[in-house]
Parts: sequence; structure tokens; C-alpha cells
Amino acid sequence: MADQPLTDPLARFERTIAAEEKIEPRDWMPDKYRQNLIRQISQHAHSEVVGQLPEGNWITRAPSLRRKAILLAKVQDEAGHGLYLYSAAETLGVSREQMLDDLLSGKAKYASIFNYPTLSWADVGAIGWLVDGAAIVNQISLCRTSYGPYARAMVRICKEESFHQRQGFEIMQTLAAGTPEQKAMAQDALDRWWWPTLMMFGPHDAESAHSQQSMQWKIKRQSNDELRQKFVDQTALQAAHIGLVIPDPELKWNEARGHYDFGEIDWEEFNRVLNGHGPCNRARLAARRKAHEDGQWVRDAMMAHADKEAARARGVAA
Amino acid sequence: MNAAHYEYVRRLGDNALVLGQRLSEWCGHSPFLEEDIAMANTALDLIGRARMLYTHAAALEGRGRDEDALAYGRDEREFGNFLMCELPKGDYAFTLVRQYLLDVYHHRLFTALTTSRDETLAAIAAKAVKEAAYHLRRSGDWVVRLGDGTDESRDRCQAALDELWGYTDELFAGDAVDAAMAEAGIGVAPASLAEGWRAEVEALFDRAQLALPRDDWQASGGRAGLHTEHMGRLLAELQFVPRAYPGARW
Repeated sequence: MADQPLTDPLARFERTIAAEEKIEPRDWMPDKYRQNLIRQISQHAHSEVVGQLPEGNWITRAPSLRRKAILLAKVQDEAGHGLYLYSAAETLGVSREQMLDDLLSGKAKYASIFNYPTLSWADVGAIGWLVDGAAIVNQISLCRTSYGPYARAMVRICKEESFHQRQGFEIMQTLAAGTPEQKAMAQDALDRWWWPTLMMFGPHDAESAHSQQSMQWKIKRQSNDELRQKFVDQTALQAAHIGLVIPDPELKWNEARGHYDFGEIDWEEFNRVLNGHGPCNRARLAARRKAHEDGQWVRDAMMAHADKEAARARGVAA
Repeated sequence: MNAAHYEYVRRLGDNALVLGQRLSEWCGHSPFLEEDIAMANTALDLIGRARMLYTHAAALEGRGRDEDALAYGRDEREFGNFLMCELPKGDYAFTLVRQYLLDVYHHRLFTALTTSRDETLAAIAAKAVKEAAYHLRRSGDWVVRLGDGTDESRDRCQAALDELWGYTDELFAGDAVDAAMAEAGIGVAPASLAEGWRAEVEALFDRAQLALPRDDWQASGGRAGLHTEHMGRLLAELQFVPRAYPGARW
């Protein structure tokens, strides 16, 4: 018997999800699905925007012109990712102003990793290698997310992120093979960024507030712990390859599981940074607020000029 | 002859590097996200321009230096950029008015250099002129928007122009290096760019409803390595890592 045409919107929505087809902006969707996506996509966009700051901190001090050019291009890509993602979120009916207000008021979150400081040039390498590496593991999975505009943004973002990850790894590889001081700088960066990077995947599956519903709706395709494991497995080999030591005495290959075992994250630190008390939470938000406030007169001027132009055009037409 | 040729090309590189360094300070701090992207993009073009010019200059010099030796291994007195490039970024009006004044200049300069007898320099100019054309479109649009926007934006724009105007004389005051290179068909006599530049900026300032400042004072010295007090700090930041770890490769 042929499929009955489905008139019930919820049933149609669920059938689309079950068939691995995409939900598009004009399709009916449950309000919670919409709200969940707005939260996740805008949080992701904010992370790209705030993420300009820790690396931007080193653009003026990059140690060669080639590195300076690459870093500028990378930070520019990140701002571009922010732009696609804000646009993807706007298809769900939220305005960019609203999202920006939520970021600046502290209501919306962004990736906690950017609340750690970049203290040496090696931190730029560590961010590319580890932070972008972790982001890719997460985002490759999101290329199959059920909401069409988000999935398509992810495909494009993943291509650029993989270039970012390689440039970060190449910085670390160069430092690790350099002078003893450079190698120490690389190891110090790995020591500081390793655990915060593992925290990027979020709480254990059992404790994750949004995970279950997100998995059911196929917004999220793999669990936090699965993705974290995948990241540890690939990064352990890369670290060994360039002669750096991951700062976890419990990190060990487990033949039976076919994965690396690793130590427990300091969840107290995770919660502290998430709740606004990491080393740079205040500085990051203050920098974004200052940019926004200092830019108010520029945005006002742009609007005033557009109004004048429109009035002049009407005057000519009349 | 070769020394002047090196000096000429390297000074073009100095302008690109120092201005690119200043623009990159906006990254993540612009008035809105599209401007973060535009600012980083322009800075990236300028750093790219500096790399090409330095690589060519180093080859002309023939002492085995490379782009990084020129960017990171020289002190303040050896930089020959225009003073305007090194001034602190100021507010958005200051950054964009400066950018506009220099974009008009560079667009005209690199257009002329596309026919240089130095084929490498002509090829670099051919790339730079395309970039300068879209930089100019953007900075010119901004000056008009800010000049003809709100009272506050006009005041800020006018203040920026008043402050920067005294630094424009230097763009056209050539020295012996410029004269020798123009004579050899390699470079352009800066004075030959003055009239066209002035007509173009006056027309735009008129559209932007900005008053042309009086020519009552002129700064100079950049080409001879006599800089403002801002330059030392700019270089300290730019050069810190390689200077702290001598001999390391990055």
C-alpha cells in the first residue's frame, strides 16, 4: 500500500527526520526543535566571534610574515564562520541584534575554551591543532545534522577548519623540532590547552542537559563521550609523532577497547569556567562590549547616511 | 644604482608592512562583524604586498637577506615608511580616512608602476593595483558615509582629516632615491602623482561634506628614518618573538 499523505505536521516532521532528510526553514517544526537549534547555532556563532580574540592577540606579534599572513587569513575565516552561522540561525526567526544582545548581556554562552589566555606563540599552534581539531571532530558529525541550513554551513566550515587544524599542527611540529626553548614552549602550550580542549566536548553523556533530545531529533549525531574519545585517539598519535607528551599519566592504549584510555576531566574547573569564572571570561566579554559600544556611532552614521540617500533618491524621483 | 633600487622597493614594502600591522590591530574589535572581516582582509593584502616587495628588495640587495630579515631584523632608523602609516589606529574615522588617503595614493602609484622597467616590480604592481582598487572603493564609501552621516560621525571624520592632512605632504616629497629611480624608468617621481591625487580626494571630500584643511603644517622624515615616537613601539611588538629567540626558525 502506498504511503498515506501525512497531514499531521508533527508526523510529517518526524518522518522527515527518520528518513534522514533535511528540515528546511519553511517547514513546520516543533517549537522546542526550533529553540534548541537557535541556542546551539547562535552559541556556535558566538564562539567563532569571541574566538577571534585569543588568536587575534598574536597577529601583531606573529614571528614571521608568512605566519602573520596565515593567522590573519585564519582569524578572518572565523569571523566568516560567525557570519554564516548567524545567517543560519536567522532562518529560524531570531534576529542578529537579539543574538548579539544575548551574547553581550552574558545570557548566551560561547565555547569556554576561549576563556583561556594565549600566553606564547605556541598557543596559536595549540589552538589550531587541538581546539580546531576538536571542533572538526564535532563539526564533521554536524554535517549530518537534521536542519538543512546548519548542515550546509557545517560542510563549508569543516573544509576551512581542516586547513586551520593543519596550520596549527605545522606550527607545533616546527616548534617541537626547533631549539630547546621552542620545544619547551610547545610542550607548555600542550600542557595548558589539553584538558580545556577535552572539556569542549561537554559533560559526560549521562549529565548532558540537552543531549538526549538533540540526538532524538538528529540535531546531534554522536554523543559527547564518543566524540571526545575519537579526538583523544587521533591526537595521541599526532603528539607522539612530533615528540610532545600529552599531560595525562593515565593516557594508555587499551587493546581490548581499541581506544586510548584517559584520565578524568576536572569537572570543577569545567563548571567554574562555564559559569563565568575562567581566566578570561570577563576580558573577552568586555572586549566584545567595548567593540560594540565604540562602534555605535559608526553604525548610526551608516544608517543615517542610508536614510539621507533614500530621501535624496525620492526627491529626485518626485 | 642597485642601492637606490633596493631602497626604493624596500620602502614600498615598509609602507605596506607598517600600515598592515596597524590595520590588523582592529581584528575582533571592529564596529560589526562584516568590518572585522573587511579589516583583516585589507591587512592581509598589505602583509602579502610587503612580503613580495621585501623578497624582491632582498634579491636586489644581494646580501642573502629574506623578507623576514627585512621585517624583523632592522631597527627604527632603517625603516623608510611614510609617517602616516605608523600613527596609532585611533577611532574608526581616523583609520578609514588614513586608509582612503593612502588608497588613492597607492592606486595611482601602482598603476604607474605597472609599466616599470623592473619587470618584477611591474608584476607586483599589477597585483597591488587590483587590491588597491577595491580597498579604495571601500575606504571611499566609508568616508562618504561617515562624513555625510550623523553630526558625530562628521565631526570625527573632520577631526581625523585635520589631523592627517599634515602628513600628506610627505607622500609627494621625493628624495634622491625617488629621483634616480624615476630617471631610470623603474620608479615614479612622487611629485607627478600630486595633482591627480589632490583632485580625486577633493572631489570625494566634497561629496562627504568635509572641509579641506589648510596647508599650514607638514610633517616629514619617514623616508629618512626619522619617525614619530609611535614607531619604536610598533616595531617592539612586531619584532618581539624573533628578537627574544635569536636564531630560531618559525
